[in-house]
Amino acid sequence: MIEIKELYKSFGQKEVLKGVDLSIQKGESMVIIGGSGSGKSVLIKHIIGLLRPDKGSVFIEGLDVTRLNEKDLYKVRKKFGMLFQGAALFDSLRVWENVSFFLIRHRGMSEKRAKDIAIEKLRLVGLTGVEDLMPAELSGGMRKRVGLARAIAHDPEILLYDEPTTGLDPIMADAINDLIVDLKKKLNVTSVAITHDMHSAYKIGDRIAMLYEGKIIETGTPDEIKNTSNPIVRQFITGSAKGPIKIEGVTDE
Amino acid sequence: MIKNYIERLGRFVSFFILEAGGIVLFGLRTLKQLFTLPFDIKLIILQMLSIGVKSFPVVFITSIFTGMVFALQTYTGFKRFGAESMVGSVVALSMTRELGPVLTGLIVTGRAGAAIAAEIGTMRVTEQIDALETLATNPLKYLVIPRFLAGLFMLPALTVLSDIIGINGGFIVSTGIYKMSSSLYWRKVWDYLELGDFYNGLIKAAFFGASMALICCYKGFYTEGGAEGVGKATTQAVVLASMTILVSDYFLSAWLF
Repeated sequence: MIEIKELYKSFGQKEVLKGVDLSIQKGESMVIIGGSGSGKSVLIKHIIGLLRPDKGSVFIEGLDVTRLNEKDLYKVRKKFGMLFQGAALFDSLRVWENVSFFLIRHRGMSEKRAKDIAIEKLRLVGLTGVEDLMPAELSGGMRKRVGLARAIAHDPEILLYDEPTTGLDPIMADAINDLIVDLKKKLNVTSVAITHDMHSAYKIGDRIAMLYEGKIIETGTPDEIKNTSNPIVRQFITGSAKGPIKIEGVTDE
Repeated sequence: MIKNYIERLGRFVSFFILEAGGIVLFGLRTLKQLFTLPFDIKLIILQMLSIGVKSFPVVFITSIFTGMVFALQTYTGFKRFGAESMVGSVVALSMTRELGPVLTGLIVTGRAGAAIAAEIGTMRVTEQIDALETLATNPLKYLVIPRFLAGLFMLPALTVLSDIIGINGGFIVSTGIYKMSSSLYWRKVWDYLELGDFYNGLIKAAFFGASMALICCYKGFYTEGGAEGVGKATTQAVVLASMTILVSDYFLSAWLF
């Protein structure tokens, strides 16, 4: 379903991706882990064509999104739903208008019907009675849920999650994890999540891939990752400051 | 020392060329979106309200006082050589040809242009623009086109009002303070005012409105670096748009009149 091949991307002098290869099967839930600044967000933005690579390709069902013209790219994007780290709700629109944005704009749905669907999708993520609020009136966890409802409103085939649990308290984070697992069962979508929260990664991933220094250094099921022999992955999943991973800007004596 | 100055000058020139090129490209990409469906009437009307209608109070105050002070200054000045009857002509010509469009342009830039840059900049740094893209919506079409059209049409509309209000401001001072007869004031207004003065002013206003909106959208669109970045983009947008208005005003005037 998603094939990433030899992806390179630099920003100025800084090489972020140095040849990423990764393939994700249909219906699979892939979690990409990696430290802050390892290029996870950059990678996920290439999948949906928000960034163009310096070299390499990303195939979505055989179509190379890195080489599509604008019109075809927007067509491919209709298969996607994306949850952003800060939810990225549109401040100027009400909650239900956020959720039904795609439906009104691309399916020409009437406001009344779109609102009904928005309410239904909001219920799916565990929210009721918030549809007429403005995003600024919601808490962080609620914003994420609304973002999730917006991402699934048009029944996409692929869901992308950018740090779905970051910035939430542990209980809310776990509730979001449950929701993601739940949605996967109900909607049968292919999903790609990036996170540095290992608890979340184990819970939502069918497979986990680790991005380190611009490359995927290991891929495996959660159990395989837990029992890895790779010292870099070991250090990351156990969350230790000591080990082969250099912390950016910190030199140890 | 001199090398240092030349270096700085060079950097300024290359920055200026880069920025100008960026804005022109951004404008062309935006214009391309003008001809694609759907046409967001609702968004365009909303922007016309916020850029145009809501700017009216400040435009009113600015224009009326400008007309008033113009009458005040020209009356006392022209009296020295006995030409005080010309006040109406001076106020009318300067309002329609120059002050109406330029002052309206500058004021709308300060009020609405700053808001455009700050809003779009915030949308950029909070990933709302990326979110639009993922919802298969072109942000140029959704965000920039409505603001561009609102600037293009609302600035001339505000300028018409500004011209009228300014000339009436001059009337208030001439007749109220200097006891000039109202028929003399209006006769002098109409004697020397040509239709060209008026609509060339409107052409300038349309240009100011369109370029102001594009510059502020552009600055917001490429904001980087969180809240500080939004502040910086807003400042740069207002400065750049104001400079563009003042500089292009000269060249447009030289070309049009």
